[in-house]
Amino acid sequence: MTTRQMAPKTGFSSWAKDQILMGQTLGDYLSSLLTPFNVIAFLILTVGVPLAYIRFSQGLAATTNLSDTNPWGLWIGFDVMSGVALAAGGYVVATAVHIFGLRKYEAVVRPALLTGFLGYLFVVIGLLFDLGRPWRLPIPVFVTVAGVSSVLFLVAWHVFLYLTCQFVEFSPAVFEWLGWKKVRAWAIKLTVGATVFGVMLSTLHQSALGALFLLMPGKVHPLWYSPLIPLFFFISSIIAGLSMVIVESTLSHRIFNGRAGHHDPEKLNQITLGLGKAAALVLFPYFWLKAIGVMHSNSWTLIGTPMGRWFLVEMLGFVMLPCVLFLVGTVRRSVNLVRFTAVLTIIGIIVNRLNVSIIAFNWNAAERYVPRWTEIAITVTIVTVGLLTFRWIVNRLPVLREHPEYPPEH
Amino acid sequence: MKNLEISRRRFLQGSGALVGALTLGGLAGPGPVLAAEDFQGYPDRFGMLTDTTKCLGCRICEAACNKANGLPPPEVPFSDQKVFDRKRRTTAGALTVVNRYRGTGASAPPVFRKIQCMHCNEPACASACLVGALKKTPEGPVLYDESFCIGCRYCMNACPYTGLAYEYNDPLTPAVTKCTMCYKRIKDGGTPACAEACPTKATVFGKRADLLEIAHDRIRQSPDKYVPQVFGEHEAGGAGWLYLASVPFQQLDLPDDLGSTPYPEFTRDWLLGVPLVLILWPTLLMGIRHFNQRLGDNGAIVTAEQEVKK
Repeated sequence: MTTRQMAPKTGFSSWAKDQILMGQTLGDYLSSLLTPFNVIAFLILTVGVPLAYIRFSQGLAATTNLSDTNPWGLWIGFDVMSGVALAAGGYVVATAVHIFGLRKYEAVVRPALLTGFLGYLFVVIGLLFDLGRPWRLPIPVFVTVAGVSSVLFLVAWHVFLYLTCQFVEFSPAVFEWLGWKKVRAWAIKLTVGATVFGVMLSTLHQSALGALFLLMPGKVHPLWYSPLIPLFFFISSIIAGLSMVIVESTLSHRIFNGRAGHHDPEKLNQITLGLGKAAALVLFPYFWLKAIGVMHSNSWTLIGTPMGRWFLVEMLGFVMLPCVLFLVGTVRRSVNLVRFTAVLTIIGIIVNRLNVSIIAFNWNAAERYVPRWTEIAITVTIVTVGLLTFRWIVNRLPVLREHPEYPPEH
Repeated sequence: MKNLEISRRRFLQGSGALVGALTLGGLAGPGPVLAAEDFQGYPDRFGMLTDTTKCLGCRICEAACNKANGLPPPEVPFSDQKVFDRKRRTTAGALTVVNRYRGTGASAPPVFRKIQCMHCNEPACASACLVGALKKTPEGPVLYDESFCIGCRYCMNACPYTGLAYEYNDPLTPAVTKCTMCYKRIKDGGTPACAEACPTKATVFGKRADLLEIAHDRIRQSPDKYVPQVFGEHEAGGAGWLYLASVPFQQLDLPDDLGSTPYPEFTRDWLLGVPLVLILWPTLLMGIRHFNQRLGDNGAIVTAEQEVKK
């Protein structure tokens, strides 16, 4: 701890050695990078980076199976639709702690915010691959408001504002790392405001991603299409956020054991059980809302078709089953069951987003979309770079631990 | 000090108004001031009528469109009838295509139908576009301007027809492609290339109101020949392109489940909810926080005196 306290006084190179190389010499640091995970990541990048080059130099036709009939593919269905839902942990946990005053979850706020911030950042990066002219992405925010009646206009604005918001919420960790005490004190004061603003933005853009499909009643399968689809997307984002925080905190505390400060498994177990209970409480109304959506559109008759059976798999296997398992897990206080269920729920959310945007989309069209291997490879590359970034930050910034010089303040 | 107060208040008022205008859409420009929300569209706007009973499948309209728009040579020559063996749709290189369908009955002659943008009265594509690149003109055509297009292709998914295509092969300046109803030609008093070239007058150009009347007249005069519906009159709020046919339109790949609601209506309610969330959420959330702060860690109510003792 003494070296860390000394660091700001002894100049940049000492700070850099301490905070960037994590206290090792450059040679030691480089040789510590040779791990199985890094080797796999390196192999993924050797495939993904050239593919990214091909995508931007030769166009969408060279790397995707997108067509005039199926203009949206994996990069929208997974990278954007699923990515935004899975990045919801930030606003869900920040609301629990800062609005509802559930201080118990304080320990997972920073990792959740970091996951959320990086999640959105990599959603935008994924989107850049999909856009025909990615360098024009700032246009709807900075150049023209001509598209104000578009749901997507709102999404663009909100993702931009929410990225800013999440950065403000997470910034105290950055300023602690940099040793900027005065700026950090300012940033702490902004936290509550940023949280409230962030919840408002999240409510709107999570549901907006569903509202995009309101314009496609003939293309989204009737069992998935509903005027309530914005509400489905919003509520399921809460479920996705809770599940992601469970999985992410479990993994973090196992992988980054040394970085987790005074590692307290019992405290984490209590948090996990609490989050599992919350997820069960949200999954239950979500299941019934979806059911009401189907009753409202009177499309039960389609349940017997292949698409209908697939709908039942989603509803029973990925909504009802997790709801029951979360309940059983919290009642029996089985942390492992809650963790397993969180993984199942995350898969379920991805299945739902892929159903709406790809699998049950254009379901009756002659030409069906199947992603090309290059699309999958680029998506895997983006996720890998996201994980590497997350690890780089967690290893250096006070995310899983409290910074010794900054006691928690309430 | 007094001056500073005023200027700060003015600044806050100003920025509040800006945020309000941005969120509520007040900065979208003056636009037309309409007395009623169910504005029926500019009465003199142009339209097109395609009577599929007159179409021979000669593809002269395709060739004329290709030439008028300076498009690349077609995959299958315009004179080759083998092109009808498979269904086609509009692409980046073809703003209109003709498809062949079976007629009703075993010995019935085939039916041909031309596809292109339908030039909807209230276009789904225009309401989807986040940079305002697609617009319904007062003259009737729906036009696309690529200068702000980011290439998200939401317009293509929103379109209930197959009117829009994309230049997927272009890495640097890909754009949406669509029929313009030959906007430049009609502005100069001319006729769209396809209608001008059509040897049987299967596709004709005129004021939409006049074309509707012609279409209904034909149905009245030959009730045995036509199905009693003008496709495009009401579909998805009505279109600028109208169709007549001897077989149900569903058989010609024209969707029969569109209803008469204009597509922008589908997102209207949700968009109306946006300002409500923007205004109510912060109030609600700050209220919840306010009351929660009065509760201790174990949920017990902390009175003001207890707080002072701490």
